[in-house]
Amino acid sequence: MSSSEIITAKNLTKIYGNITAVDGISFSIFRGECYGFLGPNGAGKTTTIKMVHCFSPLTSGELVVGGMNVNKDQRKIKEIIGVVPQEENLDPDLSVFKNLTVYARYFNAPRKEAEKRAVELLDFIHLKDRMNSRIKDISGGMKKRLLIARSLMNNPKVLILDEPTTGLDPQARHLIWQRLRLLKKAGMTMILTTHYMEEASQLCDRVAIMDRGKILLEGEPKKLVADEIGTEVIEMRLDDENQDAELLMANLEQFKKFKFTYERVGDTIYIFSNNGRELLHSIVDIKHTHLLHRPATLEDLFLKLTGRGLRE
Amino acid sequence: MYLFGMGIGIGGYLQAIEGVSYIEFIAPGIIMVPAMYSASFECTFGSFTRMTEQKTYDGILATPLSVGDLVMGEILWGATKSLISGSIMLFIIYLAGLMKSSILMVIPLLILVFLIGFLFASLAMIATALSPSYDFFNYFFTLILTPMFFFSGIFFPLSNFPAWVKIVSNLMPLTHAVNISRYFLSNVNYSHILSSTLVLIACTIIFSFLGVSLIKKRIIK
Ligand SMILES: Nc1ncnc2c1ncn2[C@@H]1O[C@H](COP(=O)(O)OP(=O)(O)OP(=O)(O)O)[C@@H](O)[C@H]1O
Ligand SMILES: [Mg+2]
Repeated sequence: MSSSEIITAKNLTKIYGNITAVDGISFSIFRGECYGFLGPNGAGKTTTIKMVHCFSPLTSGELVVGGMNVNKDQRKIKEIIGVVPQEENLDPDLSVFKNLTVYARYFNAPRKEAEKRAVELLDFIHLKDRMNSRIKDISGGMKKRLLIARSLMNNPKVLILDEPTTGLDPQARHLIWQRLRLLKKAGMTMILTTHYMEEASQLCDRVAIMDRGKILLEGEPKKLVADEIGTEVIEMRLDDENQDAELLMANLEQFKKFKFTYERVGDTIYIFSNNGRELLHSIVDIKHTHLLHRPATLEDLFLKLTGRGLRE
Repeated sequence: MYLFGMGIGIGGYLQAIEGVSYIEFIAPGIIMVPAMYSASFECTFGSFTRMTEQKTYDGILATPLSVGDLVMGEILWGATKSLISGSIMLFIIYLAGLMKSSILMVIPLLILVFLIGFLFASLAMIATALSPSYDFFNYFFTLILTPMFFFSGIFFPLSNFPAWVKIVSNLMPLTHAVNISRYFLSNVNYSHILSSTLVLIACTIIFSFLGVSLIKKRIIK
């Protein structure tokens, strides 16, 4: 294990009854990086993360966090980890402020220190003016922000975020992104799961795309997209789903010299290439209704890799 | 409270039992009732809500605490609630002049109340670990706690009952607690103080270990 690795998993497997939720995955996460797990519902992201923070015991494989084995040093590992769970679990009987200070007690933090830190963190996530509110009186976005503040109460070395912005409005989402980027600048290692490809592109140094318990692809988002599908996408929206498509695709074959790949999904043909402009010039002549030329995104890659059911 | 009222009410119609007035007879057991029920309510309905709806356990288990720490915390909290309600009951009984022993006996009585709280909190955690839904607790209360309430010698002496009832009764932890309480509160002679105390302690230890392991089995997957 290299000294800059903070989390190392080898052949990590988790089986629930007859469901293999995580199927022998291996990955390494380095100090100070933000590592994202992407994948459709049920891919095994949450399960992987739960093994990292010692909630779920491994079925098999090896998992080392901060140099410690998750099967043995659970208490010590949990001391250096902060967790933002997928499902909100704040204490509804306590105020916003008390939720933080009581949580700190579980880490044996001295009261005075915890109170000071709670105020700082509430300020950090813009919740200071709601510190005496009851949990049931604050919005979903505020709850997520509070969960982030709570996860930072123990000054963790690794922050685990399971869908930190799911269900939030754009304002709240952008605020959270900003805060997470600040944390990253300060050297925090982060593990993130998300369904928003933009979020992964904005925050993650590296991502792993998972499906059915396996990692399909891992790497830097930009590089992955460029390597796997090219830099640009042309979307052709069809009027008539059936007839047009066959003809169009046959027509596309004549531009083979531009080197591109294409895929048809329902009423749209996606053309992936590294030289969209020239290709576009050539195909404007083909009869069609809408053309959209845009940079390729992680979402294109994601759908290509995991959207099997829709393709072909 | 209504128990106390009932005691006074019914007591008026009843003859003295074992040489004391009815209300005096039931006073030692009456202290044990809130001790049993407070912990039982807290660690069934309260704990189940925290475990399922509020997901508090998931949050706590993300901190250095283990399932063992968590369940012990729940049990101690249940026992504390018992201590509070049991103390109030004891105070009322004292004010009503029903305490026949020295005031110093308050100390063993409160320890007993806490022990009973601990025991029933542990038993309740077992129910919580096994419970699929809130309905399950109805069975727990009617099939386990209510029989103890009636057959542990709080309201009538067991001496008049058939032998099998006595045997069953002696299997109930509450019976032992009532006997001990009678000894300390009313100076009633009871020769099995030590063994009864050991029974209560043994039950508490077994129930709490079982509670921890069943909760672990339920939430750690
Ligand atoms: N406690 C459990 N018992 C049984 N099966 C489970 C349990 N938790 C998860 N699973 C199963 O394991 C698989 C992976 O679930 P997981 O929650 O890790 O997916 P996910 O990638 O986080 O999905 P989502 O995007 O919906 O949050 C699913 O098939 C799920 O049904
Ligand atoms: Mg999930």
